[in-house]
Amino acid sequence: MPPFVYIFLGALAVVSALGVIIQRNPVHSLLALIGTLMTVAILFIAEDAVVVGFLQIIVYAGAIMILFLFVIWLLNLQTEVGPTGHLLLKFFGSIAAALFVTELFFILAPPHMQVKFTREPTGYGSLASLAGKLFTDYLVAFEVTSVLLLAAVVGSVALARKLPGTNDPLEVRNTAP
Amino acid sequence: MTIELVAGAIKAILMIVLGLNLSLFLLYFERKGSALIQDRIGSNRVTITGLGKRMGMPNLGIINTTIADPVKMFTKEDFIPAGADRFLHTLAPFLALFPVMITFVVIPFGDSISIAGHRIGLEAANLNAGALYLLATIGLGVYGVALAGWSSNNRWSLLGGIRATAQMISYELAMGLAIVSVIMTFGTLNLQEIVRGQGGVWFGFLPRWGIFVQPLAFILLLVAGAAESKRIPFDMPESESELIQGYFTEYSGGKQAVFMLTDFAEQALVAMLLTTFFLGGWQIPWLAPNGFHFPGGAFLAVPALAVSILGVISFLVKVVALCLFLGMVRWTLPRFRYDQLMRLGWKGLVPLGLLNVLLTAFVVVATGRVQ
Repeated sequence: MPPFVYIFLGALAVVSALGVIIQRNPVHSLLALIGTLMTVAILFIAEDAVVVGFLQIIVYAGAIMILFLFVIWLLNLQTEVGPTGHLLLKFFGSIAAALFVTELFFILAPPHMQVKFTREPTGYGSLASLAGKLFTDYLVAFEVTSVLLLAAVVGSVALARKLPGTNDPLEVRNTAP
Repeated sequence: MTIELVAGAIKAILMIVLGLNLSLFLLYFERKGSALIQDRIGSNRVTITGLGKRMGMPNLGIINTTIADPVKMFTKEDFIPAGADRFLHTLAPFLALFPVMITFVVIPFGDSISIAGHRIGLEAANLNAGALYLLATIGLGVYGVALAGWSSNNRWSLLGGIRATAQMISYELAMGLAIVSVIMTFGTLNLQEIVRGQGGVWFGFLPRWGIFVQPLAFILLLVAGAAESKRIPFDMPESESELIQGYFTEYSGGKQAVFMLTDFAEQALVAMLLTTFFLGGWQIPWLAPNGFHFPGGAFLAVPALAVSILGVISFLVKVVALCLFLGMVRWTLPRFRYDQLMRLGWKGLVPLGLLNVLLTAFVVVATGRVQ
């Protein structure tokens, strides 16, 4: 990937991530979050991690953000007006943020950097190689995760189920004379 | 290198223009075809200088629907209601249209042709993860509709937007499952490879089209696709007897035209997807790269360039036929009730889709096509 493309996409991702916390309207924040997810997905795709990029768009931008939108609508969240938060809170928050950034800088600064970057062969992010890894090296973890998700689905259906005798508007309509 | 780039740009523009033209054709069908179905006369007023009338020709309403109608819509006042979110209200129609338009570029519309020694595949973008790209872009189409409903500051619009969102994410699942079973059958995510896999014949006469391998997936994708394009019988989001006009109640002028265009373009896209996955894309029965091999042994040689052109024509014919079929469904069936829609989606199509994926997996393993 040419460096200017990387810089452009990275800057776009950072700006839209800032938009998430700066916007006062929750729906605008959500849109900014979608923008961040899309830009990161495009970065993944440009770095040859094709499946991860597309799955990020399908799962996060396409499904989970819709869920967020529904929650915002259901809670009827309005635009925040006026200043938010206590001044003292902001003060200590800024100090904590500054400390965190300094720490990150010292960890990631070149003399301390322990991570070695290697170039992966072309096609390492294709569906075939991902599936090969998932169904050989990580088979147990993969299957256990799928069982866990299935349990979560069954649990949420059990919680949302209407028991007979409870007040269900549809029941009233069906039994009305 | 340069010729590939230029060809790629031309093909992408060609595909988007094809989508727009199919939408215009569907608009014509919406006005005049519906009249034919319902035994009415339909649009027959506007002519240019009355030339056709003086020559004794019946007015087919072509100028009405393809020129006068869009011009009228784009020159109307663009009204934004009080209290609406002006930015999102303007952005929403384009958020709805954009994902549909960029999906057209992965559809293969022909085999490949040779130009000046370069082999040029007749698809704008030959992606190895084409099916994933499809699912990703189709999933993004929800936002335009949802945000249109929300930003209009109108209860009916919001209800329409919520209905549209729930409907589209429910039927996306069935759509995805249908596409997954096709991917398992052909063993690739590349749409051009899927179409190539549908060449040849079984038992000497039956073309190897997806519809004969995956009939259930065809029906699933047909129903889910009709629901995704939000046309009758699945037009709950804009049901005019309950919600005035649903999520685009508060839209007028060009922006409303963009929403209409989105619906038509989605219908064209569904027709293209069905053609690509199930009707052999650009394949013609019994036509091999060197000519027709008719069942019974007859052979008719066809030059290579003619084979490519015939392929493109075959793709277009199939797409237009499916568009007409979807249009006829739209003008024949009454609208579902919302609970019927959800029951069909979650209790009908999704279990059938899962069953189909399971059966496909068994057959693929049993026939030993796993590396």
